[in-house]
Amino acid sequence: MNSCADDCPCAAMTTEKLTLHYGATAAFRDVSLEIPRCEITALIGPSGCGKTSFLSSLNRLTDLVPSCRVTGRITLGDLEVLAPDTNVVALRRRIGMIFQKPNPFAFSIAKNFALPLREHGVREHAEIEQRTEAALRDVGLWDEVRDRLRRSARTLSGGQQQRLCLARALALEPEVLLLDEPCSALDPISSAKVEDHLQSLKGRFTVVIVTHNLAQARRIADRVVFFWADESGGRVVESGPVDALFEDAIDPLTQAYVRGQHG
Amino acid sequence: MTAPSRRFDPRGLGPAHPSSAVSVGAAAAVLAVFAWLCFDMVRQGVGVVDWQFLVHEPSDAGRAGGIAPILVSTLWILAVCLAATVPLGLLTSIYLAELTPRDDVVGRITRRSLDALAAVPSIVFGLFGNAFFAYGLGLGLSILSGGLTLACMILPLFIRTVELGLRAVPASQRDAAHALGLRPIAIAFRVVLPQATPAIVAGLVLGIGRALAETAALIFTSGYQTRFPTSVFDSGRSLSVHIFDLGANIPGGDARAYGSALVLVAILFLLNRIATSILRLFGLEAPR
Ligand SMILES: Nc1ncnc2c1ncn2[C@@H]1O[C@H](COP(=O)(O)OP(=O)(O)OP(=O)(O)O)[C@@H](O)[C@H]1O
Ligand SMILES: [Mg+2]
Repeated sequence: MNSCADDCPCAAMTTEKLTLHYGATAAFRDVSLEIPRCEITALIGPSGCGKTSFLSSLNRLTDLVPSCRVTGRITLGDLEVLAPDTNVVALRRRIGMIFQKPNPFAFSIAKNFALPLREHGVREHAEIEQRTEAALRDVGLWDEVRDRLRRSARTLSGGQQQRLCLARALALEPEVLLLDEPCSALDPISSAKVEDHLQSLKGRFTVVIVTHNLAQARRIADRVVFFWADESGGRVVESGPVDALFEDAIDPLTQAYVRGQHG
Repeated sequence: MTAPSRRFDPRGLGPAHPSSAVSVGAAAAVLAVFAWLCFDMVRQGVGVVDWQFLVHEPSDAGRAGGIAPILVSTLWILAVCLAATVPLGLLTSIYLAELTPRDDVVGRITRRSLDALAAVPSIVFGLFGNAFFAYGLGLGLSILSGGLTLACMILPLFIRTVELGLRAVPASQRDAAHALGLRPIAIAFRVVLPQATPAIVAGLVLGIGRALAETAALIFTSGYQTRFPTSVFDSGRSLSVHIFDLGANIPGGDARAYGSALVLVAILFLLNRIATSILRLFGLEAPR
């Protein structure tokens, strides 16, 4: 499955006994996972089991929530993500993230790219334009917006906004891409477009994607992680290669979930 | 369950409740006072205001002549005031809203002090400005002293208005920026601050309004010299001080006091229009 070249820049992530609390309540406990480089790892599980929280802990976006406490270990390549001396800005530059709700900046489409690119040290105007166009082509949005780059990004439809956010993350050439239900606000056609692009991006990034769409997980993922929540918070019930998890899961909870019998 | 007849009455007051009559009456009274004020000002002032009034120096202690040097001094005082208020105010509000957590001790002390300052009567700022800028720093009775004193006076209002505007920017914008690996300082200045433009303009309009209306803080700091100022170290009389002086100290100065008041109100009105157009330029609604 791993189609990636040896010199590919993307990195693997691991978590060890990762536990996350909001105040005194645990969102998930003891999550130990391998996220292989250049593969697509899908997180599935019912609402509220901690998938978004898990994703946000990987780029330490959880630092922004005052009540949130993360313990355990996360690595990105050789980097200890949770170490106190880790530079979070540098960390987040290696990891792109797409949120459940599209969040383009309330500026023009062009500025949505120019602002982060400049911050990442891209000074040349020509290079900014070229990378903007390439990223917009990657998500199939270029033809829709090429004539209105100066217009506010808020004038786009929800699906277009989400693809813009994906393109904005891609333009920064991250090593890892975290996607939180990127297709939940999209119609089936846009959703299929995003899915196609994710597959065409395979081998360029390490992808972690949260999805409620089991068919989608099955189509695009290399590995699947099944989250489940009970009284003590979320946990990982089972994880493994996509076929193993969908065809012969070991845990009865997983078997029932992938057959669509609850959740 | 509420009775059906009350279902569409959000405040739970029946249509015939006496308090609704009282509030309508109060609103009418306010309107009437305002209309009378405008009418009176225009009636008494309009005969005085013409082009000559705007371009000539006052003579006979203000009973005759115009207000040209006073307009110039007013604009200079305002310019000094804004040059100090805008950078200091923006930096402080960004510090309060973006760079410190809500429960930060320094932030809390700053906020409390600003609220206390906002409630201080302007005459106290005048005395402080006189002691600190005019004598302490040796700036004398000057446009500089006056402008800086006004800045101290309107800073609290400006900072709190901008801070509220910064806080109103949705958290999702900050999340997006953090996730893209932007530095906190860039997030504050490049992502959040531009989106608070309406609040900044609102803060400026409020601040300028207060500054232009201010008399007590200026008498002891920028003085009442009616000559054309040649630098910010000259004393200069603001329009508000001029109106006060004509009205209170100069018998026979009433007509020109009204004329000057009319000009002051016209300037305020113009500033408001400019602010509204700036907001429209940004595709934003004027704050109400
Ligand atoms: N900022 C927060 N403060 C407090 N509790 C939170 C916060 N964010 C999430 N939670 C709680 O943590 C738990 C996990 O939430 P999370 O958003 O990670 O779930 P999820 O699996 O992404 O759900 P969904 O599929 O609905 O998006 C939930 O019980 C939620 O109420
Ligand atoms: Mg979620």
